[in-house]
Amino acid sequence: MFINTLFNGMSLTSIILLASLGLSITFGLMRVINMAHGEFLMIGAYTTYVVQMVFSKLVPEQFQSWYYIASIPTAFVVAFLFGSLLEKVVISRLYGREIDSLLATFGISLILQQLARSIFGTQGVNVKAPDFLFGGITIGNLTFSYNRLFIIFSVVMCIVIMWYIMYRSGFGKQMRAVMQNRNMAQCMGINSRRVDNLTFAIGSGIAGIAGCSISLLGSVDSTVGQSYIVYAFMVVVLGGVGNLKGSVIGACIIGFASIFAENYTSATIAKAIVLFIVILFLQKRPQGLFVVRTRELD
Amino acid sequence: MKKFMGVLTILSMVAFVGCNNESAESDTVKVGLLHSLTGSMAISEQSVRDAEVLAISEINANGGVLGKQIEYIEEDGASDPSTFATKAEKLIDSEDVATVFGCWTSSSRKAVKSIFEDYEGLLWYPVQYEGMEASDNIVYTGAAPNQQIVPAIEYLIEQGYEDFFLLGSDYVFPRTANMIINAQIEDAGLNIVGEEYAGMEQTDFAAIIAKIEAADPDVIINTLNGTGNVSFFKQISEKNYTADDYMTMSFSIAEEEVATIGADILEDHMVSWNYYQTTDTVQNNDFVAAYKDMFGANRVTSDPAEAAYDAVYLWKAAVEMAGSFEVDDVLAAIATGKVSFDAPEGIVTIDGDTQHLAKPVRIGEVKNDGLIYEIFATDAPVEPDPYLKNYNWAVEAGIQPIE
Repeated sequence: MFINTLFNGMSLTSIILLASLGLSITFGLMRVINMAHGEFLMIGAYTTYVVQMVFSKLVPEQFQSWYYIASIPTAFVVAFLFGSLLEKVVISRLYGREIDSLLATFGISLILQQLARSIFGTQGVNVKAPDFLFGGITIGNLTFSYNRLFIIFSVVMCIVIMWYIMYRSGFGKQMRAVMQNRNMAQCMGINSRRVDNLTFAIGSGIAGIAGCSISLLGSVDSTVGQSYIVYAFMVVVLGGVGNLKGSVIGACIIGFASIFAENYTSATIAKAIVLFIVILFLQKRPQGLFVVRTRELD
Repeated sequence: MKKFMGVLTILSMVAFVGCNNESAESDTVKVGLLHSLTGSMAISEQSVRDAEVLAISEINANGGVLGKQIEYIEEDGASDPSTFATKAEKLIDSEDVATVFGCWTSSSRKAVKSIFEDYEGLLWYPVQYEGMEASDNIVYTGAAPNQQIVPAIEYLIEQGYEDFFLLGSDYVFPRTANMIINAQIEDAGLNIVGEEYAGMEQTDFAAIIAKIEAADPDVIINTLNGTGNVSFFKQISEKNYTADDYMTMSFSIAEEEVATIGADILEDHMVSWNYYQTTDTVQNNDFVAAYKDMFGANRVTSDPAEAAYDAVYLWKAAVEMAGSFEVDDVLAAIATGKVSFDAPEGIVTIDGDTQHLAKPVRIGEVKNDGLIYEIFATDAPVEPDPYLKNYNWAVEAGIQPIE
């Protein structure tokens, strides 16, 4: 029972973390209060659906379930392009104006939701789990489903890739430089416009990958992003704005706390307990778990 | 000045056109459609709205009501009870509609109830619900609890199920429904092994599924609503559980929801309604054909859509019996208890006292073609009993409406 709870907590953590990784870049690093983040999850989920439809038309029966593998990069690319476009057209005009960017992205979120309704209808669409993710490993009387294991695996992959990009690649250096001190970075010859655009697009693309995963766990409809956005913001705020480690630990706190609380109480009370923990924590440490220190004068 | 004149000219033109409309209005009668076209409930309410539009266009094509064509005015409740209230007031007071077809959730119905009572309007409510209500200004065309929930539990008890697990969304319908089911199962001397409520926006059911595993029930009574159903069934099938491991009986899963969740996941699970797309009547064949013809071959009909379709025809029948569109006259006609319609689900009659319908009850099983097939049906229409006055166990338990 305890191991089962632990596994459930880990799996919820991985989903929340996957959903908030993108936001930890767009909000955490770039300080854009991106209310449309949930809609990038939605774009990822719908992309999975479209890829599934295309596969069912074009690909022979025995390769059907490969659609899911194909949908992951596709979802990344589609969400990446949407993010890049959004940054170019709207966000880039609103840097440093947090309230304006909040309102603008909120509007965009409504537009994207309506767009999804117009294209796919109000009724949710059905994304089928591929055969290789069906079922699970049974040890004793516990079943660990392949789907959950796969999500844990993909979140680990995403973190490794993001960590590499942010802390080991040349682009990551530029990115962190721009986010920490824009003027100085520009003086050093970094094209900050391009860095902004790519950073936002990568954040959106990762949200697209998260969309792939959540499409197997629940309903794919125009409101799917709304169910995750609160968690995502909570994780980023809790973890401390602007770094990866904080997001991981923030997601762990929220994920495990919800599952453990729900085990001994009810779903509604569990939610209240988690919010209470977050509020209490932010009272003690309003800046979050970890803080990025810079030498910039505020 | 010139600009001012221009504005005046336009205004007078508008007034003139407006007058024209007024004079043409003598051959039309206005009705309101009040459903959520946006927000989380739009998913469900779209099909109900479509069925109402279908009924209206059929009636218009056949000469209308009392020689008048029906003109519908559509308002968006936006899945928000207070918006429903505002829009209901607008429809009755400023649009002056003869009647309104609308709502889905109990909270939206409760929000508009007092408005229809204050303005002496008439609302046709097309969805099965938890009962414990009978407003003079509402006609309920969906099932009362004794036409859906109670017979379904009776059926399960007859089939030998003993340990029940109650799972629902956290709002008024599941909580009231489970209060009724608790009393019924206790009366039968059987066991409730668990009762859990999920938040409306909840997406992760791992903890609830773990509780189900620990309780090991024979059957799960599912009153989840909306997207929670999709998440729950996807996540329980993730572990390879089928109807053989955990049978479910659902009260809010119709054909539309089956398509969203996936027929392979829901195969062999049970549901309880009054109507299925597969219901074998001549009227239903016509209804399904007309619905698919108007909204697309991939669309499916469902119990709430059928009840909404019936509502429009029942209103027509009541108006024709009354010989008038006035709400008082229509209500007087309904009070005779003789207003009926040969509906796709069978003949339905409005009960004069409670303004609910007498309708047949059908237990169904989902099959892998995505349709639901009847496995049990009552021989005759069941009389509505929204307050469960004819059930001793319900009276003894003192079940009260949750406001």
